[in-house]
Amino acid sequence: MHQAERSPEHSRRPKGSRRKLVRSALLLAIATTLSACATGGPLDSLDPRGPIAEDIDWLFKLTLYIAIAIFVLVQGAILVAAVLYRDRPGRKEPKQTHGNAKLEVVWTVIPVLILAAIAVPTVQRVFKYTDCSADALNVELIGHQWWFEYRYDDFDIDTANVLAIPTNTEVCLRMTSEDVLHNYWIPKLNGKRYLVPGQETILQLIADEPGEYWGHCGEFCGLSHALMRARVMAYEPADFEAWVAEQQAPPVEPGSGSLEAAGLEIFLANQCAACHNIDEVNPLDAGIGPDLTHFASRNTFAGAILELDEPGALESWLANPPAIKPGSFMPNLNLSQDEIDALSAYLRSLE
Amino acid sequence: MATTASPARTIFRRPASTTGLWGWLTTADHKKIGIMYGYTAFVFFLLGGIEALLLRVQLAVPENTFLSAAEYNAMFTMHGTTMIFLFVMPASAAFFNYLLPLMIGARDVAYPRMNAVSFWIFLFGGLFLYSSFFFGTTDAPIGGNLAEEVGRLGSLPNGGWFGYAPNSGARFSTGTVMDYWAIGLQILGVASLISAINFIVTIFNMRAKGMTMLRMPVFVWMTFVVAFLLLFSLPIIAVALFMITFDRQFGTLFFDATAGGDPILWQHFFWLFGHPEVYILILPAMGIVSEVLPTFSRKPLFGYPAVVFAGAAIGFMGFGVWAHHMFSSGVTPITQAAFGLSTMAIAIPTGIKIFNWLGTIWGGRIKLNTPMLFAIGFVAMFVIGGLSGVTHSIVPADWQQTDTYYIVAHFHYVLFGGAIFGLFSGMYYWFPKLTGRMYNERLGKLHFWVFFVGFNLTFGPMHWLGLNGMVRRTWVYAEEAGLGPWNMAVTVGAFIIALGVLIFMFNWSWSRRRGPVAGMDPWDARTLEWTIPSPSPEHNFGVAPVVTALDDFWAKKYDSDHEGRAVRRSSADAMIAEMEQTGLNPPAPIHLPAPSYYPILVGAGIPFVGYGIIYHTSPFGIPLIVIGMLVIVGSFIGWGVEPLEEVHDDHDDDHDELPPSADGRAGESNADGTVETDGDEEDA
Repeated sequence: MHQAERSPEHSRRPKGSRRKLVRSALLLAIATTLSACATGGPLDSLDPRGPIAEDIDWLFKLTLYIAIAIFVLVQGAILVAAVLYRDRPGRKEPKQTHGNAKLEVVWTVIPVLILAAIAVPTVQRVFKYTDCSADALNVELIGHQWWFEYRYDDFDIDTANVLAIPTNTEVCLRMTSEDVLHNYWIPKLNGKRYLVPGQETILQLIADEPGEYWGHCGEFCGLSHALMRARVMAYEPADFEAWVAEQQAPPVEPGSGSLEAAGLEIFLANQCAACHNIDEVNPLDAGIGPDLTHFASRNTFAGAILELDEPGALESWLANPPAIKPGSFMPNLNLSQDEIDALSAYLRSLE
Repeated sequence: MATTASPARTIFRRPASTTGLWGWLTTADHKKIGIMYGYTAFVFFLLGGIEALLLRVQLAVPENTFLSAAEYNAMFTMHGTTMIFLFVMPASAAFFNYLLPLMIGARDVAYPRMNAVSFWIFLFGGLFLYSSFFFGTTDAPIGGNLAEEVGRLGSLPNGGWFGYAPNSGARFSTGTVMDYWAIGLQILGVASLISAINFIVTIFNMRAKGMTMLRMPVFVWMTFVVAFLLLFSLPIIAVALFMITFDRQFGTLFFDATAGGDPILWQHFFWLFGHPEVYILILPAMGIVSEVLPTFSRKPLFGYPAVVFAGAAIGFMGFGVWAHHMFSSGVTPITQAAFGLSTMAIAIPTGIKIFNWLGTIWGGRIKLNTPMLFAIGFVAMFVIGGLSGVTHSIVPADWQQTDTYYIVAHFHYVLFGGAIFGLFSGMYYWFPKLTGRMYNERLGKLHFWVFFVGFNLTFGPMHWLGLNGMVRRTWVYAEEAGLGPWNMAVTVGAFIIALGVLIFMFNWSWSRRRGPVAGMDPWDARTLEWTIPSPSPEHNFGVAPVVTALDDFWAKKYDSDHEGRAVRRSSADAMIAEMEQTGLNPPAPIHLPAPSYYPILVGAGIPFVGYGIIYHTSPFGIPLIVIGMLVIVGSFIGWGVEPLEEVHDDHDDDHDELPPSADGRAGESNADGTVETDGDEEDA
């Protein structure tokens, strides 16, 4: 009918090879999708490790399987239509159907029924995970640009970056923010919840097994949002009690004349003490930065982005924090290498 | 008009030229305005695309240092802002402008000069927003420290396209970049609001004789729904943007929790606008696809009333789902349950549309030309975006998914696989009407397949990247998270998409000059715009069309036999030849809206006010506001008193000169008694 139409290209390739191509492409797509979903990385929400996350995962997978079935049906129908009804020489003009009321009612009602079915468990869970039980372990969680602070009021513990919890115990995070919006997310233990300045939000965490669970701030919270991470250490209840006792103990005192003692002097003489508390050492009761009383009991620092056992990590952080975390509220204090070594030795001694 | 001389004319002349640069700058022709919208939007599309490529290079490997954090945040903010406000919305406006009058059988929109003004405000608003690149300043939050200077690239707005308070407030977003963002969006909103009113009035009043509402093409219906969505949703974001601007500039504390403000309030405002906005972006593409699928299947749209009502239902329900963007924000469980259910409900009209499109191609005689490939691609990709959308309505699942790349995957399947595939389908479909020539089909198909592969490679893996723990707006990610390999694949996909854009640009610029001549009706199409010559003449229709059926042109060309199959009427070819002749040589003179200097002046005045607000504490601030207001108000006065038409000294090309009609105003009474007016008088 038109110039663009007349080329006989649709009859060029034999029918079988097209089918084979489509089939192998489909197989490849399914195979890559399945393999891709199972990375089991530390932030993998498809690898739940607690009853809440498992419950959410069950509901998501249920929906996902229904969605995949609809996907296959609809895409299959599109492919079938495009192949079956493709214009070929000699094909008659189509019947000019304007619609089919029965069919249209059917494909309206079926989705309604499917959605109604999924709505029931959805609404149940919305209400189920709204509030903590009375016997939950309360932890106050405060968001800062760009680190998380944890306060255990029951035990008089103030710590940061690493949240210690007992296994098989409901932990109730009562959360707020000191500055902008943040969003607390430990994918293997539960979904996310915002930290809102001036408001309290609640998130429950339950871990089945002892271990290390990673997390991340979900909401964009300014320059170093990408560097605001979280870590949860789950302990057997007995080990958790030991952790509590350790945190309640006074900080390690450096032996006089040691490198650590020199580090303590540097800590007090510089601006460090204006922001960071160390119990019984810092008279200022400073609370702007993380509490360092048991700094070395945590395996990560600086917003859970640096590992304490990584050689040089603490030293380069002390040398120039904004170079590692843009916008950091901890300034570059222009410390000498000797000062940095002493300070880091002291901080590493604060078990 | 020579006979309606007024004393003012000697001072306020109307531009006479309709060609050359002045012709473009002063035009009130809906087609020229549509073309300017299209090209401007495409330039912004390229900018947004370059920003996307920069983002993808940064994320190709873990812990990358290609961009700084400040630059990355600026790039993702501007990518989103650009693609939504400066590409998809104005590109849809390009289609509305060019096609709406053609599809309803009108000579122009109701208010041609207002139409021009909305384009110029859009253009100057976009330039204002991007001028942050040269003039904007930013730094760490108050009290924070930066190790290095923020470069020019980092001096673009950086608070996200959603601008969540309080991060976008004065304490945490220091400098001026977010002022450029808030005021820039405010200006763009004015442009969209004006054109929305224009389109609504046009559709209500200027349809051809016989074109009842339920004989309007679905594209016109979707334009209609979108215009109402704009009309009702833009005031909401306007209020919110005023509030954040006041917070930043004048010390109000609407969103500051430390003073009793509420940061979550911003989210309610933003998404009460932002969710209808999603349908503002997708419904035009749905309209385009609803034209393309029937044409290339040679069948009517299956269930036309259902498709129309589903579109309207989506528009209504689009205002009742906004809190699904906030399921994890700590809103009450009642709220979460209610908005989860309403979000599920909106899947139903969406599903109806998809099934009706399937019904349209089923049993057809499908021609897989490029527009059809893009239209089918749209349906296929939109199904994926729609299904992942349903998983967000499962509130507990959304607690896991929100703020991750799973969401990024979802809305790119809707807005890229949906809206942008639809827009490209439309660009190829109406290319012959726009240029009079055919694009290169082979390159068009190549473009589709490159896009299709690149698109799925880019956005497919984002689904499991998100589920595997990759959060959004993240400048770097930890190597240990195991997200590296798929991020590399995504980056490769993004560059494949870029290749597809280059193929398109080459095809477009080559074909518009050298493509084979297309003729009036190259697709054997169904709607009124194909009843006029290609490229469309300035006056659109030689004689105002009279409509007797849905898909009127098809009904005039085809009858159906006893089986219900289409049979071409023997008179069709002669009728088409006559239509072409009438279109080229109108039997009676036709009055068209005259060009005007003032729309571009109104647009040009607005940024001065914007700069004045940002720099109001400097000595330049108030003078800038005064200058801007003088230009705007002066232009409106000039607009009000300019004569209806410039007098031509020579009467060589006076085809648009008319004797005054009975009421003494410019307007032409047709044989059928309808008065064609350029509408220009009413908007003065």
